[in-house]
Amino acid sequence: MLQTIARGLAPLALAAGLFSGLAAPAFSEAPASVTDRVTDFMLDNGMQVVVVEDHRAPVVQQMVWYRAGSADEPKGESGVAHFLEHLMFKATTNMASGELSATVAANGGEDNAFTSYDYTAYYQRVAADRLELMMKMEADRMVNLILSEDDIRTERDVILEERNMRTDNNPRALFGEQMNAAQYLNSRYGLPVIGWRHEMEELSRADALDFYHTYYAPNDAILVVSGDVDPAEVRRLAETYYGVIPANPNLPERIRAQEPPQTAARRLTYKDARVAQPYVSRSYLAPERDPGDQKKAAALTLLAEMLGGGNTSYLAEKLQFDTQAAVWSNAYYSGTSVDRTTFDLVVVPADGVSLEEAEAALDKALADFMERGVDMEQLERIKMQLRASQIYQQDNVDGIANRYGSALAVGLSVKDIQDWPEILQSVTADEIMEAARDVLRPESSVTGWLMRQDEEEVMQ
Amino acid sequence: MNAPKMRPLIAALAGLVALLTALPALAEVKIQEVTTPKGIKAWLVEEHSIPFAALELRFKGGTSLDLPGKRGATYLMSGLLEEGAADLDARAFARAQESLAASFSYDVGDDALSVSARFLSENRDEAVELLRTSLMEPRFDQDAIDRVRAQVISGIMSDAKDPRDIAANAFTQMAYGEHPYATDGKGTVESVNALTRDDILAAHKGVFARDRLYIGAVGDITPEELSTLLDTLLGDLPETGAPFPGPADVSIDGGVTVVPFDTPQSVALFGQRGIERDDDNFFAAYVMNQILGAGGFESRLMTEVREKRGLTYGIYSYLNPKDWAAVYMGSVASSNDKVAEAIKLVKEEWTRLRDDGVTEKELEDAKTYLTGAYPLRFDGNGEIASILAGMQLQGLPIDYIATRNDKVEAVTLDDVNRVAKELLDPDHLHFVVVGKPDGLESTASN
Repeated sequence: MLQTIARGLAPLALAAGLFSGLAAPAFSEAPASVTDRVTDFMLDNGMQVVVVEDHRAPVVQQMVWYRAGSADEPKGESGVAHFLEHLMFKATTNMASGELSATVAANGGEDNAFTSYDYTAYYQRVAADRLELMMKMEADRMVNLILSEDDIRTERDVILEERNMRTDNNPRALFGEQMNAAQYLNSRYGLPVIGWRHEMEELSRADALDFYHTYYAPNDAILVVSGDVDPAEVRRLAETYYGVIPANPNLPERIRAQEPPQTAARRLTYKDARVAQPYVSRSYLAPERDPGDQKKAAALTLLAEMLGGGNTSYLAEKLQFDTQAAVWSNAYYSGTSVDRTTFDLVVVPADGVSLEEAEAALDKALADFMERGVDMEQLERIKMQLRASQIYQQDNVDGIANRYGSALAVGLSVKDIQDWPEILQSVTADEIMEAARDVLRPESSVTGWLMRQDEEEVMQ
Repeated sequence: MNAPKMRPLIAALAGLVALLTALPALAEVKIQEVTTPKGIKAWLVEEHSIPFAALELRFKGGTSLDLPGKRGATYLMSGLLEEGAADLDARAFARAQESLAASFSYDVGDDALSVSARFLSENRDEAVELLRTSLMEPRFDQDAIDRVRAQVISGIMSDAKDPRDIAANAFTQMAYGEHPYATDGKGTVESVNALTRDDILAAHKGVFARDRLYIGAVGDITPEELSTLLDTLLGDLPETGAPFPGPADVSIDGGVTVVPFDTPQSVALFGQRGIERDDDNFFAAYVMNQILGAGGFESRLMTEVREKRGLTYGIYSYLNPKDWAAVYMGSVASSNDKVAEAIKLVKEEWTRLRDDGVTEKELEDAKTYLTGAYPLRFDGNGEIASILAGMQLQGLPIDYIATRNDKVEAVTLDDVNRVAKELLDPDHLHFVVVGKPDGLESTASN
């Protein structure tokens, strides 16, 4: 499962998965569609710009997304993308350490940043008339970062404490880390975004600056401005502040190690005295949304909703209603990814049900689903909700900004983003079953048991 | 960070910075009070540009209404509201909701149960009828009770192994004596296992009543339409529900409680007595906390503990004026070998602010942030509906949004420094530490 981690205490919730569509209003009384409020253009230096208008409140959000995340890190330096994200709040040739955030706060704004496998993004939310100041500062740190050894020492301790909090203090996160590591044989997605501890401890100033100089440039960045703004004015400001920064002619092509064919089902158990509620987790290697080719990802998006979306889902019916094998079950898939991603299932067994029994019940439910096929009424309900989401999402302009930013950062185009809702609507029952057959294959799967320390493994 | 140098970029922007007191206009939030023929009151903001509406209902009371021996009844009841109503069982109810593309969520805390709904204009009447059945005619089928009960118990067992929940439960148990606040509203495995369908029905009767209801609505709906909707939805509510628990007797002594737990990072929760929301000094205390430890990277605690020393990823403090007690709380997590130093710094900052107060610049920065960030909260129909209901629950006037920043602006340096002296009490600041902290032991009392 993809993870996103942030510098501050309140990570931005990135809308992902089912309700990530963007166009094709399906209601007679629908107002101007979201696409009508989106303007996009490219600066001469290759920086992509998207503007999403919402004039209901005098507020603006600026985001700058870099097409560089943990999966772009050099070998042996896991965590450097996220470490750099923290360090980007230190000094530049024009600002003192901490001055950017202090200035945002002194303008009544909020700022933060987050890192994922495929991107790193920085944002500020502030009164709309302060956009110019935000751009000036964001453009400044794109090229003028200065790091002291003191910054490195202190901030490295901060990210180690962040790893403690997110991962080492949390058996579910440690289990997820092992699941991912087992899933990917070659892709960098097998390494945690925050990094392995032993490598984080060794991250240096040179490592951070190398990553910065390699990837932080206008031709590797996407500016997304949302809120009470005029696109022409955004263009003028963007040209003034970002347009003057030269493109990096040596920007590396985004060519990553790819997965070989996966030919063996993998299993693991993770035991920890801090586990209160054991569960079974299953992941399958799955295709992602690709430019001009999103049909399979759309089918998997609907499949996940069909299998795991609440009380009406197939797994809930089989595992929580028809039988009481599970207290909870779910399915997850998000196709917004550069390389192959995962389709995930989880079953939390009921009291008195063993992990082995829970896993058997899951496999039986999946086999029954393959046999029975798609419930057309359920598919229609899911599509109805997707159409309605076109209306609801207009209330959340920053959510729209996030969807554009993340999709563009993984290499999709504005057209891909705007086509996505119609593609979701066009998916047929046969396509969903075909996607299920292609993806839910044991040989590309990992099955994990999260267990209490004292639990006995009974595996045949 | 304390003394940012005036480097060229910022010097060039000095003009902008000097204008900061000229705040951006708040998005005009035009609140109308609606009173229905049946006498139900609500606050409404009409917003017709998108064809849906958000409705927020708050019922004062929350899990603190649990009857003696029935801990967890209100929490379990709230989890069952979407598990079947009128002639629809749990799955039929969910299918009906999906077909309408409406969303209803039910949440309960110590002081209130909230219902957050959003529905499309095109099928509003059907959505409201479905919501009505969930509130007025929930089925509480035995199989649904058993299914959701198992989920609640799974959650309680997980909390028992989560350092944050362990810390929170240890702190409330110490601070609130016999009051419902002293125990987790989810209940215990034993108390939840013992709950019967009658207990759930009693909890439902205790919560849903007219005399404790506050309503906010935002979106594509007129006052007349809202009025009709509310009488349909809530007109049959009984007049009164379960008695409120009354004020808690808060008792927090200074010192440290260590709860041994084998994990690499200790989680510390700290707190002392707080200040009521309607206290004349509340705004001064609020501004003071912004400087001491509220979220963001500029606070003294964040500067000293994270930015200068790298002892934590996050540290914060917050005023927590609950309905029946007011406390001032904070939290920090540091690896076991560092948490003692983090705690020492918290106490030092608590003392330094009490003794030396804040500077004029800190005060101005905090006020600029608080007044500027206020409009950022009003970002969506659902958020605004929630704010409207919350304002009424707190007894705030309908013009509060327009005057709130003036109250922040009116806080003087003397106010903050006086309140810091009165409120901050490092000798009675108690730390609960869950982990294996080096060099920390539980103090004698408590």
